[in-house]
Amino acid sequence: MQVTGAQALIKSLEMEGVEVMFGLPGGAILPVYDPILDSPIRHVLVRHEQGAGHMAEGYAMVTGRPGVAMVTSGPGATNIVTPLSNAYMDSTPLVVISGQVATASIGTDAFQECDITGVTMGITKHNWLVKDPADIPRVVAAAFHVATTGRPGPVLVDVPKDVSNATLEWYWPASEEDLDLPGYHPCRSGDPELVRRAAELLMAAERPVIYAGGGILKARAVEGLRELAERTGIPVVTTLMARGAFSDSHPLCLGMPGMHGNYTAVTAMQRADLLVALGARFDDRVTGKVDAFAPGARVVHVDVDPAELGKVRKPDVGIAGDCRLVVDELLEALDSLGLGHDPSAAGGTTGARARPGTRAASRPDLSGWWAQLHRWQQDFPLHYDRSAEGPLKPQLVVETLRDLCPEDTIVVAGVGQHQMWASQWWRFDHPYTWVNSGGAGTMGFAVPAAVGAKVGRPDRTVWAIDGDGCFQMTAQELVTASAERIPVKVAILNNAYLGMVRQWQEMFYEERYSEVYLSPDLPDYVKWAEAMGCVGIRAEAPEEVVPAIEEANAVDDRPVVVDFRTDAFEKVFPMVPAGTSNDAIQVHPDQQEALEKSRRGMA
Amino acid sequence: MTQGTAAGPPWDGEDRVRHHILSVLVENKAGVLARIAGLFSRRGFNIYSLAVAPTDEGERLSRITIVVDVEPASLEQVVRQLDKLVNVVAISHLSPSEAVERELLLATVAATMTERSQVIELVDVFGGEVVNVGGDQLTVMLAGPPDTLDDFEALLASFRVAGLQRTGRVALPKLGRRAARARPIPGRAG
Repeated sequence: MQVTGAQALIKSLEMEGVEVMFGLPGGAILPVYDPILDSPIRHVLVRHEQGAGHMAEGYAMVTGRPGVAMVTSGPGATNIVTPLSNAYMDSTPLVVISGQVATASIGTDAFQECDITGVTMGITKHNWLVKDPADIPRVVAAAFHVATTGRPGPVLVDVPKDVSNATLEWYWPASEEDLDLPGYHPCRSGDPELVRRAAELLMAAERPVIYAGGGILKARAVEGLRELAERTGIPVVTTLMARGAFSDSHPLCLGMPGMHGNYTAVTAMQRADLLVALGARFDDRVTGKVDAFAPGARVVHVDVDPAELGKVRKPDVGIAGDCRLVVDELLEALDSLGLGHDPSAAGGTTGARARPGTRAASRPDLSGWWAQLHRWQQDFPLHYDRSAEGPLKPQLVVETLRDLCPEDTIVVAGVGQHQMWASQWWRFDHPYTWVNSGGAGTMGFAVPAAVGAKVGRPDRTVWAIDGDGCFQMTAQELVTASAERIPVKVAILNNAYLGMVRQWQEMFYEERYSEVYLSPDLPDYVKWAEAMGCVGIRAEAPEEVVPAIEEANAVDDRPVVVDFRTDAFEKVFPMVPAGTSNDAIQVHPDQQEALEKSRRGMA
Repeated sequence: MTQGTAAGPPWDGEDRVRHHILSVLVENKAGVLARIAGLFSRRGFNIYSLAVAPTDEGERLSRITIVVDVEPASLEQVVRQLDKLVNVVAISHLSPSEAVERELLLATVAATMTERSQVIELVDVFGGEVVNVGGDQLTVMLAGPPDTLDDFEALLASFRVAGLQRTGRVALPKLGRRAARARPIPGRAG
């Protein structure tokens, strides 16, 4: 069957099971937009290509399927560079199709020409410039394969206009061998000998901590992680990318570590004698000063990307492999060491029990470690000033939202203070309910990512918790949401500042506030929301929070924006100042005295 | 070997630890060299020299020989990052003691009638060739181990060198009594 390159491209997307893509047409991609009219694939027309990329990311993060975006050449393609970079940092599977000028014009500085494969080389897992129309089905299949296997990530396929217009004989690659990827061999299971050594370290540890990263979610290893924790009684910290990978309500969960992690999670890692890093990459926001990070800990590091092993911290046992497979192997290895499954150990915090009938596992008793962890949890919980006086606290907004929304609500955040408050104060009891920009720290991520998440999970309530600075970067995608009837909800924690930068200027630049003030009412967020076809609501006083959220939750036929006017001077605590040791963690001022007292006690 | 010249490689002299050769088999596709060069600059690794040419497998593959200047710990990181490039098919790490290394040097030297015989004598001593003769210049060629080329280059400097080009080294594993020692990189399936 003879088809055009454009038809082959769309048909290839159909073959890959694509149900929706996000994009915006233009000259070089025009031929490909024609067969979209005849395809069952839904196309969401964005207002800016950055929105298409973040929507595809939000879609991918909640569904586990690759997000697809389509843009034209030149500025269309460069506008999606930020989402590619964001997806690369957070290992999100993304397939971006970009138009390119005709092959004969490449290199001539033609209208809307840009060397997008050159530009995105360092921020994609791989990219392709298709010069032969007959390559289209194979390259699209290879692109999906590379994006979704091993460590997931973004890929880009650049298609010149003459290639889209040319014809080819349709085919579809029958197997992986036909993809022509001789250098691509993603890791799968781990080395059994290394797994056995890891299991022995687990059995010998007195103060172990499981350091769960986003790889748990990417590998769909949530069940295995829970069993590993329950069987061993080892506490679990969940990084910013792993919120929801282990239920916050679980007694073994210590919550988020890192720069704005809670005291117990941060300090448990510092005092640990064993870190079991699963799909985590020792990001600087988690480790603080690397030389001072978890100084007494041996490290078991499991990652599907071998380059992560030893990149930042040299592991004692580094296992290259898919987290789900390696965790299962680890459970088997624990079995053979006598640490079988015992339902009564579920949630137990006094160490593991040996399976009846097997050799009793001789393991250190973890009860002393747990007693210490519980003391920290009791003495230094997350905290803010709840007194009724004064301006509305942003944390109160997050807590109220949490309590008034279904527990499987998908929460989407941008980057900054609001993101940290959302991660700290929401209770993540389900995987794939937290969508945020972790590694890249992309302001403006929340609104489009929420739209993509809602497209992927229309059955769920989707709330973006956003900052006023972030919101202004990509708010126009609410026009997309209104036009496409995608009823997302946005809570703006409007403190009239670029809040995180303001916080750093207050704490580290002697309150010299440079270019951080935005204004609470310019723009008027309610009018802006209404102009974009959304319901706009404002809440200024604490008593207005509940009614505003209830009103927003009652709307399900269009997007809603709630402008919460929050305390401009509220800071995120705890905080480990950048470049310092995690031991230098600063807690909320109300708790600082107690912390110093306890430090003196320890010294 | 002699002390390296100012332009000599960083491992010359006392410390040779940082000298590593990576022999990288890649798909012979547009942009592969840019991907590799981009990776090195992006990750902050230094390339000392680089040589690339198609291998004999129907021009489908190329072999790139990269001499890198890194600590052993970073070398592992270089290799693992390189291995993530989809177009990289195989990587072998050759340590200098386990490799046969060769390089080629071309130099154009000002050689008046009186100097000419001295230049030719020097070339002969090293087993090089005069490949081009002009009125008052000679172009000479020497292929050999890189440190021999270093010596030759140093001695050639006493003449007026109008132009000099070295290829960067290529290398293959030494054939020993035991199996060849190109070490495949662990963590790969293929």
